[in-house]
Amino acid sequence: MSSVRLTSLVKTSGCAAKLPPKELHRIIDSLPVLQSPHLVEGFETADDALVWKLDDNGNVCVQTVDFFPPMVDDPFVFGQVAAANALSDIYAMGGEPSIALNLVCFPACIDIDDMRKILLGGLDKAKEANTVIAGGHTISDPTPKYGLCVTAFMNQSDVWSNKGALPGDAVILTKALGVGIVNTAAKVDEAEPQSVKQAVDSMTRLNKRARDVGRKYNVHAATDVTGFSLSGHGSEVAQASGVTLKINTKDLPVIDGALELARFGFLPEGRYANEDFLIEKVHFADSIPREMKDLCYDPQTSGGLLLFMSPEDAKSYVSEMNLDCCRIIGTVEKQGKYLMEYV
Amino acid sequence: MTEVDARGLSCPIPVVETKKALKAHPEGVCVLVDSKVCVENVSRYATAMGYNPKAVEKNGEWTIEIKK
Repeated sequence: MSSVRLTSLVKTSGCAAKLPPKELHRIIDSLPVLQSPHLVEGFETADDALVWKLDDNGNVCVQTVDFFPPMVDDPFVFGQVAAANALSDIYAMGGEPSIALNLVCFPACIDIDDMRKILLGGLDKAKEANTVIAGGHTISDPTPKYGLCVTAFMNQSDVWSNKGALPGDAVILTKALGVGIVNTAAKVDEAEPQSVKQAVDSMTRLNKRARDVGRKYNVHAATDVTGFSLSGHGSEVAQASGVTLKINTKDLPVIDGALELARFGFLPEGRYANEDFLIEKVHFADSIPREMKDLCYDPQTSGGLLLFMSPEDAKSYVSEMNLDCCRIIGTVEKQGKYLMEYV
Repeated sequence: MTEVDARGLSCPIPVVETKKALKAHPEGVCVLVDSKVCVENVSRYATAMGYNPKAVEKNGEWTIEIKK
């Protein structure tokens, strides 16, 4: 364990520390983007990583960066979560990460050995992902933060984009929702140990297998569910693909205790920012309880992949994954009034 | 009514402060907060505990009256 409680040094943690989507989009959309014939995927469709054409044989480089403040107190586990989260963007593009660089912010006032433990946690997950961490950058900062810049090399025809979802597709989610809620409660010791364990197990689990198994099927579109919640990342796919996602809330995988904690108000700030940004694009049936809405707007840290494929493929995929938290959660419909409809 | 000043604190701390205060004063408390998120979360807690919270805004600060 750390010399101090890592989460006591931060205001917002994990992917819940993302800037509110409304403000972020306003700034990003106003920036001039230097175009290049090599840039295959950039800012425009809110994909998980950039795709850069390397040659005329379809070889591309895929690159992403992700870092955030701790959501757990154990520095080694924090390193694992941050690395699993950063590597996930590559898996969400259908790729295999190859090389990475560390990004570290660390306070001068706490034991430097905790930084070593964070980096060891990151190395542990990088090793599991067959990824070489070959450098990085460290600065002194009162709030600790850690993450990776990750690069993969693949063929362009193998890239999973977020714009290929087709009406009739099944929607698969590979990890349970509710880690933002559980992390918020855990910060003040209000979450049950069983809930915290489930959240930590989920956050430290690489999306590698979800991607590897997915490669055997015809994945039409993919993304991962992180700070902008299931609703935010689902809406990005729906928008880019020109479709509407119909999600069956009764099929959503949930971390034990998360709905009850939501009922008692243990909700991260990001949950409200996500709703504020999406309120006109997402619709909930009247019968859906408020805690379920919370779950659909809950910022996830190192969340699962959201995959789109034919119903037949989806059935086989879920059966092969053989995990209770990996489920078919809905279907893709023709574009309707909303980007997402929860029933 | 007992007052809990949770201004300047970010969630989930105001929820925990409300919980402690209601334990000591089950008849009800008043909670001061300065963000909409805290209004929502503290009200949620109070409702889940069977209270009837009412929030009144004044100059970007809220007084949440929590009683049965």
